[in-house]
Amino acid sequence: MLEKVLKGSPKYYMWLAFLGGIIGIGAITYLFQLQYGLGLTGMNRDVTWGFYIAQFTYLVGIAASAVMLVLPAYFHGYKQFKKIIIFGEFMAIGAVIMCMLFIVVDMGMPQRMLNVMLHPTLNSVMFYDMMVLIGYLCLNAIIGWKTLECERFQIAPPQWVKYLIYTSVIWAFSIHTVTAFLSQGLPGRHYWLTAVLAARFLASAFCAGPALLLLLLMVVKKIAKFEIGKEAIKTLTIIITYAMCLNVFLFLCEVFTAFYSNIPGHMHPLHYLFAGTEQGLPWVTYWMWIGAVLAIASLVLLIPTSLRENMKILPWALGMLVLATWIDKGLGLIIGGFAPSPFETWATYAPTVPELLISLGIFGVGAFVVSILWKIAIDVKKEAGTL
Amino acid sequence: MYNSKYVISGLVIFLAVFSYPFWGNLASKDYTGPKLSLPADQKQCIEPVEFMRAEHMTLLNQWRDSALRDGKRVYVASNGATWEASLQKTCMSCHTNKAEFCDTCHLENAVEPYCWTCHVPPKGNE
Amino acid sequence: MKRSRRQFLKVASLSVAGLGAQLAAGGVTKAAAAVKPSYKEDALALKAKRWAMVIDTREFASKEDFDACINACNFAHNVPEIPGKTEIKWIWKDAYEHTFTETTNKYQSKEIEDREYFMLCNHCENPPCVRVCPTQATYKLENGIVAMDYHRCIGCRFCMAGCPFGARSFNFTDPRPYIKEINPKFPTRMIGVVEKCNFCVERLDEGKLPACVEAAPGKIHFGDLSDPESEVRKLLEENYTLRRKPALGTEPGVFYII
Repeated sequence: MLEKVLKGSPKYYMWLAFLGGIIGIGAITYLFQLQYGLGLTGMNRDVTWGFYIAQFTYLVGIAASAVMLVLPAYFHGYKQFKKIIIFGEFMAIGAVIMCMLFIVVDMGMPQRMLNVMLHPTLNSVMFYDMMVLIGYLCLNAIIGWKTLECERFQIAPPQWVKYLIYTSVIWAFSIHTVTAFLSQGLPGRHYWLTAVLAARFLASAFCAGPALLLLLLMVVKKIAKFEIGKEAIKTLTIIITYAMCLNVFLFLCEVFTAFYSNIPGHMHPLHYLFAGTEQGLPWVTYWMWIGAVLAIASLVLLIPTSLRENMKILPWALGMLVLATWIDKGLGLIIGGFAPSPFETWATYAPTVPELLISLGIFGVGAFVVSILWKIAIDVKKEAGTL
Repeated sequence: MYNSKYVISGLVIFLAVFSYPFWGNLASKDYTGPKLSLPADQKQCIEPVEFMRAEHMTLLNQWRDSALRDGKRVYVASNGATWEASLQKTCMSCHTNKAEFCDTCHLENAVEPYCWTCHVPPKGNE
Repeated sequence: MKRSRRQFLKVASLSVAGLGAQLAAGGVTKAAAAVKPSYKEDALALKAKRWAMVIDTREFASKEDFDACINACNFAHNVPEIPGKTEIKWIWKDAYEHTFTETTNKYQSKEIEDREYFMLCNHCENPPCVRVCPTQATYKLENGIVAMDYHRCIGCRFCMAGCPFGARSFNFTDPRPYIKEINPKFPTRMIGVVEKCNFCVERLDEGKLPACVEAAPGKIHFGDLSDPESEVRKLLEENYTLRRKPALGTEPGVFYII
């Protein structure tokens, strides 16, 4: 099936070349970072994780969200999703690869990366995170490839693939839970120290991931000329809407707990994010408010059935949702965790241009991987007549 | 055989390039090891020279783990002599000439250990 | 032609011999490794079941009082003085409300509020940094010291997110240019690793008290918390002391006489 990668229209090649350019810029900037150190980023002694880890957190969610297609299709026999599952699985592969790259560029000593395996440490959540990410990548690669191959030859997938699929459903939940556990088990980081963080992560992932998938499919279906299926879109948007409601609900639970209890440590991060400090408003306050407005707007457009099923409005609603969750769970979450420093001072952070260029390069890698995988899937499916 | 002209000449060129280390050496002089500057006032290192030559990195790693993790900072050598397990305080106090001891040999063997990005070599040898 | 053939044979036989030597050398190194070297503690080493520090904050008034300790530590450990937000700190001073964030009163003795306080790694009994480190680059020694192996640190900074005391620093850039005077007895650090106070474990192991303790005789006390007869235990019995963020359950090993 790999040969499909090599046979494409000039537009396809131009797209890949464009991505290659972005990746190149990111790679060159990364070389500078390797040479100079992470001082090239906006991170500092008090805000030790920044844009990179924020993207990592968000993208684990995108990866995990493939389960929102797999679960209904395989646990409940929902046939409408079968056609697009492969796109979800292949997007997950791209997302996991980006996650890994974001971790690598965030490391001070990437050349010592394998120390994590050389000295396995069972009490570190980072160790489990590495394991589940690698596992999830393998699961999706094997499942996606095998099912597509079977589709090509028009035979039923072998039984063992089914077991792998069941495993991958549980695995998807575990990768995002473990990612949340990275943060939520740390004493002294009030914004993260909450039992609902994992639940919030999952809720946010299960709306943002399918929304992003649907948006991408809407673009690709125009280029490759196929139909996603009305029924599938309908069901998926309902899932997205419920998950987003849950996400906003869980966030409001946090707000209630912090402000009704009136415990300063719990109020500080939210206060910083949404109301700034005595010295004024940090940029992140505007950022968070944009996120909040977009979240509400997306729900307004998604909850009423008439609006949700309007195909002209839907892409906008999904776009707003993706942005809102990206703001909340990306930089918002990271900055909120670090903003009141251990000394109760306001630690500030803003990503720098090199940091953003490197991140853009990694997004380029993700887009590149997803592009060629989807190209394979679309060509194979078209040949088999299953698209 | 098709294209025997190209295949055979290709093979010959490949073999010639591949075997370069052998015939290249025929023309060159015999290999002599690098000349190292050894401590003038010492006859022997803490362990036999063959061992030190081959295993000094392993030994240093053991020193590191013993000193940092077990708090045992005294190394009892095979001849019973004791040494402080410290690159800077023990090794470099004798081998004061990093450039002509460590670097010369590392360069010859094309290895680039990054010990000295943290460890401080004796003054005057930078 | 004849000569070159001879030379070829010479080279070939030498190669074979070399290969054999290689195999034999394996034996040699094995034999050398069989020479059983051993390791032991320094006879002078100071020992404790649980090292702890008691800082008499009443004794620190002037800038010089603080600087004596800070400079002694910085020199002993080659701590760079990097300006700005990416600074590296092993032991440093700050105001009351930044040190004891959970024990602040709006109205309080002015003297106590105006005083400055040392901060350093607390060498916790339940250190979160050790719990989260994915490579055991940070670990707890039997004597209670939370130590680091800079050779193993991958620079993920999970420990910095985990430490509730802000005791850890990361080398965002090359620290060497910022070290005023390099101490040849201790290594520096490099780009990309985390570092922090090590309770001068390298000095304790050779029988010396920590550099800051030595620089402030009678002001900073150091001893075995598990020994009821130790100086630190006596001081804790006689004086009212605070620890930073005790509610988090990390059990800090640095006490402050207020």
